[in-house]
Amino acid sequence: MTQPFRTSEGGRIDRQRPIAFEFDGRRLTGCHSDTLASALLANGVHLVGRSFKYHRPRGIVSAGAEEPNALVTIDRGNGRITPNLRATQAELYDGMRARSQNRFPSLSFDLGAVSNAISPLLSAGFYYKTFMWPRSFWRHVYEPAIRAAAGLGRAPAAADPDRYLQQYMHCDVLIIGAGPAGLAAALAAAARKARVVVCDEQAELGGSLLTENSEVEGKPASDWLVNALHMLRDADVMLLPRTTAFGWFPGNMIGAVQRVTDHLPDPHPRLPRERLWHIRAREVVVAAGAVERPLVFSGNDRPGVMLADAARTYLLRYGVKVGSRVVVAAESDSAYAAAVALRQAGIAIVAMVDRRPAASDVARSSGLPVRIAASIADTSGSLRINRATLSNGEKISCDALLMCGGWIPTVHLFAQSREKLRFDEALQAFLPGVWTGHARCAGACNGAFDLTACIEEGYAAGGANGQPQRARHPECAPALPPSVHKGMAFVDFQNDVTIKDLRTATQEGFRSIEHVKRYTTTGMATDQGKLANLNALAIVADLLHQPIPRIGHTTFRMPYTPVTFGALAGSARGDLFEPVRRTPMHDQVAALGAVFENVGTWQRARYFPQGSEDMHRAVARECRAVRNAVGMFDATTLGKIEVTGPDAAEFLDRIYTGSLSRLAPGRCRYGLLLTEAGYVLDDGVIARLGPDRFHVTTTTNGAASVLHHMEDYRQTEFPELRVWLTSVTEQWAVIALQGPLARQAIASHVQDIDLAPDALPHMSVREGHICGVPARLFRVSFTGELGYEINVPADHGPMVWQAIHAGNVTAYGTETMHVLRAEKGYIVVGQETDGTVIPSDVGLGWTIGREKPDFVGKRSLARPDMLRHDRKQLVGLLSADLLEEGAQVISDGAGIGHVTSAYWSETLQSPIALGLIAAGRSRIGEILHVPMPDRTIAVRVTDPVFYDRQGARLHG
Amino acid sequence: MLLIDCPWCGARPENEFRYGGEAHIARPQDAASLDDAAWTAFLYMRNNPKGRHAERWRHIHGCGRFFNCLRDTVSDRIEATYKPGEPAPQ
Ligand SMILES: [Zn+2]
Repeated sequence: MTQPFRTSEGGRIDRQRPIAFEFDGRRLTGCHSDTLASALLANGVHLVGRSFKYHRPRGIVSAGAEEPNALVTIDRGNGRITPNLRATQAELYDGMRARSQNRFPSLSFDLGAVSNAISPLLSAGFYYKTFMWPRSFWRHVYEPAIRAAAGLGRAPAAADPDRYLQQYMHCDVLIIGAGPAGLAAALAAAARKARVVVCDEQAELGGSLLTENSEVEGKPASDWLVNALHMLRDADVMLLPRTTAFGWFPGNMIGAVQRVTDHLPDPHPRLPRERLWHIRAREVVVAAGAVERPLVFSGNDRPGVMLADAARTYLLRYGVKVGSRVVVAAESDSAYAAAVALRQAGIAIVAMVDRRPAASDVARSSGLPVRIAASIADTSGSLRINRATLSNGEKISCDALLMCGGWIPTVHLFAQSREKLRFDEALQAFLPGVWTGHARCAGACNGAFDLTACIEEGYAAGGANGQPQRARHPECAPALPPSVHKGMAFVDFQNDVTIKDLRTATQEGFRSIEHVKRYTTTGMATDQGKLANLNALAIVADLLHQPIPRIGHTTFRMPYTPVTFGALAGSARGDLFEPVRRTPMHDQVAALGAVFENVGTWQRARYFPQGSEDMHRAVARECRAVRNAVGMFDATTLGKIEVTGPDAAEFLDRIYTGSLSRLAPGRCRYGLLLTEAGYVLDDGVIARLGPDRFHVTTTTNGAASVLHHMEDYRQTEFPELRVWLTSVTEQWAVIALQGPLARQAIASHVQDIDLAPDALPHMSVREGHICGVPARLFRVSFTGELGYEINVPADHGPMVWQAIHAGNVTAYGTETMHVLRAEKGYIVVGQETDGTVIPSDVGLGWTIGREKPDFVGKRSLARPDMLRHDRKQLVGLLSADLLEEGAQVISDGAGIGHVTSAYWSETLQSPIALGLIAAGRSRIGEILHVPMPDRTIAVRVTDPVFYDRQGARLHG
Repeated sequence: MLLIDCPWCGARPENEFRYGGEAHIARPQDAASLDDAAWTAFLYMRNNPKGRHAERWRHIHGCGRFFNCLRDTVSDRIEATYKPGEPAPQ
């Protein structure tokens, strides 16, 4: 063994199983069950990082989730790089490669540390003050420089090759934290036959029992732990180590991340890296423990300065000495337990610097060299502490300084549950307030620090009667806030916030702790101020001469510790991110060379280039084919709803603008749906198949929302109507045939429907057979040409498409469809409408059944603003140059509308556009202007119908 | 994530549902006779309470039905769900 600071015996690590690892390229050895932090300390490595703003050397402060400094990047190979991992929680495995962060060029020699010299520039609010002017400097000088100098680890550039799973779980009792309180709660809950789940963020369950050398219920703590885990396994309690409960969501839903493979040198390839648990629990017991409170003094961030209980944990759990000459700064009796444990291991405690005004019983009986009413004034040492200067001027050489400012109960999850916290004066900390049923708290997170009290609270919290009385405890935290007059005394290590920054903020008038937090960035780092927040609050309260409860606390937000994006995304990535919808004819259409576009989740053919055609030339050819011969179009994505029942017509009368009850079977009508406020929601064709049966189409994107809208009225406003709604969008494959030769193109395929113009006029529908399969044949047009839409059962779509296409019909896509409908001034909902458009705005007032007493939206159309003459109205815009959709239209320098659609019209051999223009119909003939970045385009206002205004072509 | 008790299907996670705004706002029978102020109040004025709120939900990825729900907007706790047409529990 070459680990100079490893003890020869004790702890829970396995000295017989050495583990080789690398830190910044240096080969080191640890032991099985080490964390990266304990292995580094065993090798005497305290310096592990550089600080965020000032690049000050930083060391390991804690032994747990609260670690602010020891953030490392771990490279597991093949692009598996994770930055910002806490070395205190990273389990060591054979071959681990870890790197320090935020240093250049090396950890011990960092060029950025010269920023110590410019530190006045980086004080509170520096973002707002220093770099304001000139503006261009921000983007080109300040920001790149700051980004290069400040920051944490770098995100990996390659895609994450790992797999992440998500899993749901329901239980009666979820216990968060497997320390003495949590395990006692689990035992009590299991005893009443509840379904129990216990999760704990550590690799080994036990919490503080793992470093406890006293007795529990008459037996050694370690035996009690073994026995408790044995009983829980026997009772089928689900035990989840390495699982961090990070968020509390409404309805007792807890998000927890289980790390499955990060601790394994060679994980099985079928294992996911992490598993995100969605745990729904009837009851939740939070037994999350507490973290030790650091002290704020000048030079408190030097490597070698750490929490006292962390030093005790490293010794008793990992067999690691954090130094050989140790000074302890105590504001709480628990510091003495740590000091005594270290002394027993042969570590020299050179001074117990106790800031309290009188020696406590524990201090007097400790036999340690105690300095009462003294504090740390400063420290020195370049990359590691080598001397502490006390408030009385005494200088003590040392290689570690332990601090203990009492305890901070981990109320993070409890607070996320929206329960209230209360400030405990004796503890000088926030505790769970009145329990109203969401969360039960037990143990140190509830303010109980005595082991017996923790276990009693646990039994009570896991029992049937719920929240226990809070056990009292003798512990007392500092009543005095820190006061520092010189040097840099850090409050937030990770974001480099000093006591001076807090003073600056209060001097500049900040009063709310939420504002102070944002101005100074204290508590805003990845550790969410687990160590910093309470000290910051106490300091601000003191500066403002206010009691802490008056200042309040900042909001606790999820996640408790950072969660990988991979776990949150789960399997919803790549092809599985969002389902892709394809029409039944997708393969046939693709074989014709279609270029697809995404429309919602659908893939639709946009155009069909032939040879070397670009989109413009392909669309021009497709347009000519439809206008001069016949084209075919896959219209399957249109939403389709079948409306049936004796009151179907009455229902549609109330939902659509038109009078559908007067529609004869076999006929179709174009209709609008309005919101109750009168705005166009969707449009489509309503076809009456029989007295009590309608086939209604919607826009592609509107299908789901139209059905929801109809169901809303059917169920809640018109429940007396006997009508049923069925989505049949995916039941039917739809092929549109459009053009003067459309009838010839389908005639030979249609078996039992008379296609003669008198038998099947424009806007009619027949049921029959096409290509031998059942079909609904609509005679409708969205191009202005003679047109049909063939609906056949979806599975038959490809066969019918092939049969018709074989007759020399040109396939066209959505781009051509858009050009042709724009030439006719037909609107597209969502393009010509935007949620503020009423029927008359887009020239569709004629769809309204005037004689109907009521329909959804009718009353709103009579509101004064709907009757104004300066409403924006749909017009055509002609110009020499192609316009851009969304461009503003101005008149005399004032914006009066915008371009909604703009295309090259192959038919007119001219650019055309549609626009919504204030009082547009009264402006026909006027010249308006469209300002573009490089020029202004003159446009002439016209009627929105550019082609075949009389509609003669519809009739073939 | 809320756990919502559909009156027909039982307790289901929130992502099976779609929110439907405040409950118990009936569409006026005689819309044409309402003046603009009364109609505007029906269209737009909502209670938005801090505390108990009667609201509509639809079990859109389940039975598809609308129902009503009493939810505390501060704690997000659901006190009751009930079928359309039934009065709100007290
Ligand atoms: Zn349901």
